[in-house]
Amino acid sequence: MSAQRVFMKGNEAACEGAFRAGCKFFAGYPITPQNEVPEYMSKHIWDHGGTFIQSESEVAAINMLMGASAAGARAMTSSSSPGISLKQEGISYIAMSELPCVVMNVVRCGPGLGNIAPHQGDYFQATRGGGHGDYRTITLAPNSVQEMAQFVYLAFELADKWRNPALVLSDGTIGQMMEPVDFSEMPYVEPPDKSDWCLNAHQEGRERHLITTIYLLAEDMAPVHERLVKKYERIKKAEVRYTDYMSDDAEILIVAIGSPSRVARSAIKAGREEGLKLGLLRPITVWPFPYGVIRQYAESDRVKAIVVTEMNWGQMVEDVAMAVSGKKPVHFVPKHGGLTFTPEDMLEPIRAIRENPMNPETLWVQT
Amino acid sequence: MEAVPEKKRVTVDGQDYELVFGRPASLTSKPFTYCPGCNHGTIHRLVAEVIDELGIQHRCVGMASVGCSVFSYEFFDFDFISCAHGRALAVATGVKRVQPDTVVLSYQGDGDLAAIGTAETIHAANRGERITTIFVNNAIYGMTGGQMAPTTIIGQRTTTTPEGRDEHRIGWPIRMSEMLALLPGVAFVARTTCHDAKSILKTKVAIKKAFRAQLEDRGFSMVEILSNCNVNWRMTPQDAVNWVGEEMTKVFPPGTYKDVFAEDQEKARADAPSKTKAQSSEKTEV
Repeated sequence: MSAQRVFMKGNEAACEGAFRAGCKFFAGYPITPQNEVPEYMSKHIWDHGGTFIQSESEVAAINMLMGASAAGARAMTSSSSPGISLKQEGISYIAMSELPCVVMNVVRCGPGLGNIAPHQGDYFQATRGGGHGDYRTITLAPNSVQEMAQFVYLAFELADKWRNPALVLSDGTIGQMMEPVDFSEMPYVEPPDKSDWCLNAHQEGRERHLITTIYLLAEDMAPVHERLVKKYERIKKAEVRYTDYMSDDAEILIVAIGSPSRVARSAIKAGREEGLKLGLLRPITVWPFPYGVIRQYAESDRVKAIVVTEMNWGQMVEDVAMAVSGKKPVHFVPKHGGLTFTPEDMLEPIRAIRENPMNPETLWVQT
Repeated sequence: MEAVPEKKRVTVDGQDYELVFGRPASLTSKPFTYCPGCNHGTIHRLVAEVIDELGIQHRCVGMASVGCSVFSYEFFDFDFISCAHGRALAVATGVKRVQPDTVVLSYQGDGDLAAIGTAETIHAANRGERITTIFVNNAIYGMTGGQMAPTTIIGQRTTTTPEGRDEHRIGWPIRMSEMLALLPGVAFVARTTCHDAKSILKTKVAIKKAFRAQLEDRGFSMVEILSNCNVNWRMTPQDAVNWVGEEMTKVFPPGTYKDVFAEDQEKARADAPSKTKAQSSEKTEV
């Protein structure tokens, strides 16, 4: 695709971001609401010199990704919540193997089969590792079709930079909606050369390359863990990203990601017309999480309360509460079952919070 | 069939000797850590000899699976990746598609290939992935201490079938070679054993054909090798070897179940007269 500005669907924009980043391998399995991703990939990846496989399962797809990444390719898979659960085994192995790859989750409502409506119930899974063992994945949360493309593009860069899986944590709304996308800042790039560590057919005259996750002796495993922990610490220092909206003079700060963060902007505009001084802090990386900037807001005398709006039962709010450390009341305004917010859904509780910053109706109490 | 392709000289106590039997180049110098009497060492050596003879050591990429051969990469001397339990053929698919010049070896046991990884096995075979699989079937879970395998035979006692495998409770031993032979993506599949010298030599012939199927871009290939686990079978090594030959082969008959090379020859024989005819008629038309 040569046009720089295109009107397209979030799921398709993500694929274009991947092509521009030099993605050469995609494996996936159909699940709503992300089907446009494997469909678009199956149609176009060949033109970019890549390979598409519709795998027999999500488990197989993530393991194909592990092989493709170990062989040096920029590789991606995508799915939606139930399928992402199945991929967790592989993500754990990929993280321990320190292999780069990109996994996109177009989150739907769970638990179980749930429904195919947009949701944010996979936040813990995405930000705490998700599979067995102790590891983290760099996780980016887009809120527009533009960012679907841009964050997939960025995810490939970060995955290679840190040799770590990178997740794009989207939701059904962002995946399915259409918007114009500007690709001018996403030039096609040649993927980096990984011949110094990848598996290939050019072993003559070099040490063999071995990729493994098993260290039977604790004495051998401990230094590996130590190396990983240090890497995660460096990622936390280097890669925190967030953006804000009208937060300079805000007395009540909303924290939101994904499609609720778009509704929050409308709520802020409407709220300001009735004299509510609202602002938005939107994490772009949810791991590493922008604890520092939220702490600064919490420490400011101007800010009276912090409101977290999520389409789940309360997940990111725990990270926010950790950042706030009791300095200001933290409120939680949820949407359940796949229902989506209207601006009024946010404004109504916020009016009550302005009257009483300790309003027990929405006050988040850690249990 | 020589194990050492080039004649090498060695010096022992100041005396010069010709090396007639040495370690294949595709094996590292690490001594095998398998139990005495286990066939993994034999099979590793056969695979390494074939790789040496085909001159593909520096193109080989191995998939280490989960089971007794989880550390197979310590013994094979080429690029390797260790895979999750049952997922070797999915990982292998990713490697081979990205680096088609590699020769991909997947070395798996019965629990890995025929229980937890059945889906990965069948679908990699069905896609005709250019991968060579060595499937070591010892009818038991060795590494975890002797539990029932998908290939445990009826009546066989394991730690999870203490009264012997009862097909009414847990089903029958699964025959992977016969199943895979039905798939058009499979170029070569054979079952061999390692219970005597003759069968070991036959195993090596089958392994070589399996690699040829990959090298000649024909499709998926697998050699199922019946092996023993004297420790978990609670037998002496000799009794265990006898049991493979006498009992296991009844349930898992050795043989070639799919062989595109043999099919080629048959087809060539069948087509030979008609082809000549077609060619001559073409000529007359011109």
